[in-house]
Amino acid sequence: MMEKKYWKDYQREIADDDYFYHRSCIRQTFFPGSEALFLKILKNELGKNVTDDPNLHTCTGIGYHSDVVPFDTTMTIVARLLSQMNKSELKNFVPSCVTTFGLLSEVLDTWKHFPEELEKTRKFLKEATGREFKIPENVAHPSDIIYKNRKVLKGKMKYQLVNKETGNPLKVVEHIGCHYAKIFPENTTGGAEFPQVLAGMIEAWEGKVIDYPERRHCCGFGFRQYLIMANRGYSVANTKKKFESMQPYEPDFVVANCPGCAMFMDRWQYTIAEMEGITYDKNKRGIPVLTHEEMTGLLLGYNPWDLGLQVHQVQVEPLLDKIGVVYNPDDKYVGKSGIKLSEPQRPKNI
Amino acid sequence: MKKKNVIVIGGGPAGIEIAQILSNYSCNVTLFEKEPQVGGQIKRIDKLFPDFIVQDEMMQKLISNLEKTDIQIHTDTEIKDIEQIDNIWHLKTNKEEAFTADAVVLATGFKTFDPKYKEELGYGIYPGVITTLEFEDMLKAGKIQTSAGEEPRRIAFLNCVGSRDEKVGNHYCSRVCCINAVKQSIETKELLPNAEVFCFYMDLRMSGQFYEELYRKSQEKHGVNYIRGRISEASSTFDHRIQIKSEDTLAGLPLKMTVDLLVLMIGVEASEGTTNLSAKAGILGEYGFAKSLSLHLKDNLTKKEGLFLAGACKRPSTLREVIADARAAAFEVVNYLKMEING
Repeated sequence: MMEKKYWKDYQREIADDDYFYHRSCIRQTFFPGSEALFLKILKNELGKNVTDDPNLHTCTGIGYHSDVVPFDTTMTIVARLLSQMNKSELKNFVPSCVTTFGLLSEVLDTWKHFPEELEKTRKFLKEATGREFKIPENVAHPSDIIYKNRKVLKGKMKYQLVNKETGNPLKVVEHIGCHYAKIFPENTTGGAEFPQVLAGMIEAWEGKVIDYPERRHCCGFGFRQYLIMANRGYSVANTKKKFESMQPYEPDFVVANCPGCAMFMDRWQYTIAEMEGITYDKNKRGIPVLTHEEMTGLLLGYNPWDLGLQVHQVQVEPLLDKIGVVYNPDDKYVGKSGIKLSEPQRPKNI
Repeated sequence: MKKKNVIVIGGGPAGIEIAQILSNYSCNVTLFEKEPQVGGQIKRIDKLFPDFIVQDEMMQKLISNLEKTDIQIHTDTEIKDIEQIDNIWHLKTNKEEAFTADAVVLATGFKTFDPKYKEELGYGIYPGVITTLEFEDMLKAGKIQTSAGEEPRRIAFLNCVGSRDEKVGNHYCSRVCCINAVKQSIETKELLPNAEVFCFYMDLRMSGQFYEELYRKSQEKHGVNYIRGRISEASSTFDHRIQIKSEDTLAGLPLKMTVDLLVLMIGVEASEGTTNLSAKAGILGEYGFAKSLSLHLKDNLTKKEGLFLAGACKRPSTLREVIADARAAAFEVVNYLKMEING
């Protein structure tokens, strides 16, 4: 039986240049180097025009998915973001966060099918701020843009996803944010079931994608699972289920394009280790979890400590050694000012 | 009196039966079949439900008289265009040949749902996920095995793949899958007595004669397990088996199971020929099937005079229904053309 390339049915237009970047509420705390790195890649590696506007704000995603913010408010706030993009005379919206990407897709789809909602939003925004807005020509997630340019970037890369010692491809678990692919699969690269956006990068950069039983399972974030304290047991249980499922394949690392996924799959490994003494790699050090920007930056040869990899829960040095990344261990906790910061305590079980 | 010309489009059981009946009357019958041989989709089936009659033998009986008739049979020929001008039907084939007829019978049948649209079930990705027709091929060969050539220990059948499914736009029931899953489950247990067999279903629609009895027998005699729940996802395990997730809606519990084969009971859709010709003739009904004039009393007639319907081009039907319907359609054609039986 010929393997069907389902993801080929989900090809979308990704704008080629002139991007308006919208930062995430939480990513700069979780992964402090990722957003700055994406902008560097666009400007310095790919020579693209991108605007990083400081006058932006939340998309309401977390509040919306927690039933705190009503949809009318969400649409108006999204409209305010678009009006800010219009000021820059750009037409291609690039949200860093997959929840913003999903929310924007939902709002635009609502306006397409219910024009009266669009008119209502125009009225609300005008009354509240005096602003007007235009619908973007293109909405692409940063992972879409990296995917689109994966072959160009490969030519600039210092390393590939190959084990330096053995020459074998690194085994990579890719995890797509639910809000990227599961709300509007047709708006994504590769759809929801066999997504290609990260798999395409991994394969282009000579790694091997692991297809494990719980590949599509929730990472353990899930707003209602995590935001409500009483539900956090579900959150960690989901993460445990995923790691148990991927463990037999002995992945070298996990890569995700969602703030919540990368965060929870990284941090909950520590929690599980503390709760049950379980780790999921052979050396009992956990499986490193990277954002897609961090993976790209590492291969391009950026200093891992400039990428912020030292703030990850699961330490990345074993992965750096496998790839052959040259780094100075003494610089790991040196701050931007050049002063050495205090080192975090090493956990007992990971 | 000049002999009338009748064209039958489709060489499945309905088309064959109607052509044979009409050949006994004072008319020239021409039969078109797009495949190299007549017989239709049923050819792929090993044994028929509910009585386990061997399909090849049944079809042999159906076709045996075909050669003795003067029916003109055009295989490998697809009707691409159909038009009525002054009570005469004008047809054009894919070979750009033109034919005319006083009456046309549409017996263009059905096609099976392409399960690639249910991506979450992994068809085409994982070799352990197969369709009911591919499973039927194994039954015909008398050997059920995994893609690795091993004897499966556990097999799951999933009903309603592409039927009663709003997401794929098919709201209707395909009517043959439930009983076919029961049949295939029993055949599995007969070939592999030690295998575990599970059937996942929404409702089991055992509406035909002997269906309910067969369903009971599958449980009481063969130990087939029935689970009320749809499968939400199939994925590959480390040892290349298939992990399925479902919910046992009677127990109210989520369920995860690993199987060696997942058989998708793919539903019935209108064939391309049915949809295309119905649209061109102006009789297109719901879901791409052909629309009859009246469900109860004029089910073989259409709003176009001289255009008749037979079999599964109208809706999903069992083989018994198709053959009975073809006979009824033949009666309508004879009445319409006021033909006499050959002396």
